[in-house]
Amino acid sequence: MKKLILGILAGGVIGTAVADELINGAGATFPYPVYRAWAYMYYKETGIKVNYQSIGSGGGIRQIKNRTVDFGASDAPLPPEKLDEYKLYQFPAIIGGVVPVVNIPGIKEGQLKLDGYTLCHIYLGDIKYWDNQKLKSLNPNINLPHKEIRVVHRADASGTTAIFTTYLSQVCPEWKEKVGAGKAVSWPVGIGGKGNEGVANYVKRLKFSIGYVEFAYAKQNRLKYTLLKNKAGNFVKPSIETFKSAGATAEFDPEKHFYLWMVNAPGKNAWPIAGASFILEAREKKEVNKKVNRFFKWAFEKGDEIAIRLDYVPLPQELKQKIYKYWEKHGIAP
Amino acid sequence: MKKFLKLPFADIVFALISFSAAITILTLVVATVVVLFKEASLAIDKFGFLKFIFTVEWNPVKEIFGAAASLYGTLITTFLALLIAVPVSIGIAIFLTEVAPPFLRTPIGIAIEMLAAIPSIIYGMWGLFTLAPIMADYIEPTLQKWFGDWPIVGKLFEGTPMGIDLLTASVILSIMITPFIASISRDAFKLTPDIVKESAYALGATKWEVIKDVVLPYSKLGVYGGIVLALGRALGETMAVAFVLGNKHQITFSLLDAAATITVTLANEFTEADTDLYLSSLFYLALILFLLSFSILAVAKFFLLRAEKHFQR
Repeated sequence: MKKLILGILAGGVIGTAVADELINGAGATFPYPVYRAWAYMYYKETGIKVNYQSIGSGGGIRQIKNRTVDFGASDAPLPPEKLDEYKLYQFPAIIGGVVPVVNIPGIKEGQLKLDGYTLCHIYLGDIKYWDNQKLKSLNPNINLPHKEIRVVHRADASGTTAIFTTYLSQVCPEWKEKVGAGKAVSWPVGIGGKGNEGVANYVKRLKFSIGYVEFAYAKQNRLKYTLLKNKAGNFVKPSIETFKSAGATAEFDPEKHFYLWMVNAPGKNAWPIAGASFILEAREKKEVNKKVNRFFKWAFEKGDEIAIRLDYVPLPQELKQKIYKYWEKHGIAP
Repeated sequence: MKKFLKLPFADIVFALISFSAAITILTLVVATVVVLFKEASLAIDKFGFLKFIFTVEWNPVKEIFGAAASLYGTLITTFLALLIAVPVSIGIAIFLTEVAPPFLRTPIGIAIEMLAAIPSIIYGMWGLFTLAPIMADYIEPTLQKWFGDWPIVGKLFEGTPMGIDLLTASVILSIMITPFIASISRDAFKLTPDIVKESAYALGATKWEVIKDVVLPYSKLGVYGGIVLALGRALGETMAVAFVLGNKHQITFSLLDAAATITVTLANEFTEADTDLYLSSLFYLALILFLLSFSILAVAKFFLLRAEKHFQR
């Protein structure tokens, strides 16, 4: 009995000792599966626990602003002025993409071709029918039906919407003027699904509908994605390769704390609606940041494989090097 | 007070303990209002009260926020849900107390209570995956066929039926509140003294006449109470509605169109609200819902009390 009690006590002491090695993070929901996988593997290797709570990007920014967590995570990058105001560092950690998905009977995945103009005007409600002249001229080989387009978008505020609307704003002046970009916008047309699963379900169920979801989600649920015309003028298909190409040709600038929307990247094969998810750290907490960065350095070195398996895109090598230099410059390298 | 102090010590302690338990409720209510008010103050300063509740636009990008669309959705879904649920529930209660053979009463009674125990998220998922397709493919086209040509009623059923709309949300809500009204009404009906009912039968009244003229008037208050309780639940219901309402900030006359309610807007947008005004406007919405539920329940309670007085006379 005594032994048992001693054992429990010892366990408690060890427990608290390990609890010291704890990194707390909170924020974006989109990268949650990959951060969780990294955290699990990191814990197995080092015994350091990374506790990441996916409370949403808005929440992540608020928490790190109030210094209640060791790092925050956001799908939308904060502009340098904001980072100076809140005294934060920022760097990207993982790349993901947004893909348009459609449900038109008889049309297979990767068959329908869209460009920024048509996508924008479908979501503005100007292109009302699938057999619109613009759509027809992009898809001369497909017999598009004279059916009303049912537009589906996200109802909840999300990083996915931020990436999607930023893309539309960049390729389409009318969108920028009438709607703008943000995590939640005032949609001119369409119905709103809650979460990726809500949008996916509406698109699956409603014939002649179009929606947009995260790439990982579209792939795992076998939704019918479309091809998109990128900045270089090529029609590309969403895949790890085209996202990588977008990541490689996007010009992340460490001077601006990597503030960049990865949409409409110039690469020949770049998927145009991609985005990075960012990590935010408090500037005055150098030691804590070193601990956090040790985790992300480990993830950058060993976590690529698992990220790809979860349908995320790891950062390109050059970008990782830039981040290491950024850490060194600010004295927060692990 | 003097009398109170003369009580035995144990009684005083007990009185104080139960008093503090009761005061906790009041404190919580007041604290909630204070917090909501404080957090919403930015939006209150910016938009004012009337402007906020009469603005339809909800535009986070341009930071223009108005409660009209959400408020409208909340009121319409609640009203429709009650419209469907009240007659059905009273029918259930009458069947259970007066009509059903005794061996059926317990299983149906238990089934009703189990309906009340199902978490709302399950209603939402069921609504999205099962009810919405049925509504879109069968019920809504039929409604359009029947009523589409009618002058004003036809407008209620305009548009392409998608199953993601005010009507589906109201049906789900009505299913959720039916057990509340039904089980409370049943208990109220049971309270009708047998002697009164038997006297009516002895006078030659039919079953229908007994129900209409004896049981219902006798238990009116209990039924009202159940409806008020259900009303409170319908006003605040979130998850089930979020799945099937389409979440669109608009005021629409057609029941086959998407809309938003206050709670759904809060659930959808709270986590990612990044600017102060946005967050504050969401708190403002919450405050308005609080005031709305409070005043509706207060009015209902007022009528209940009046009916009670009337009844006692």
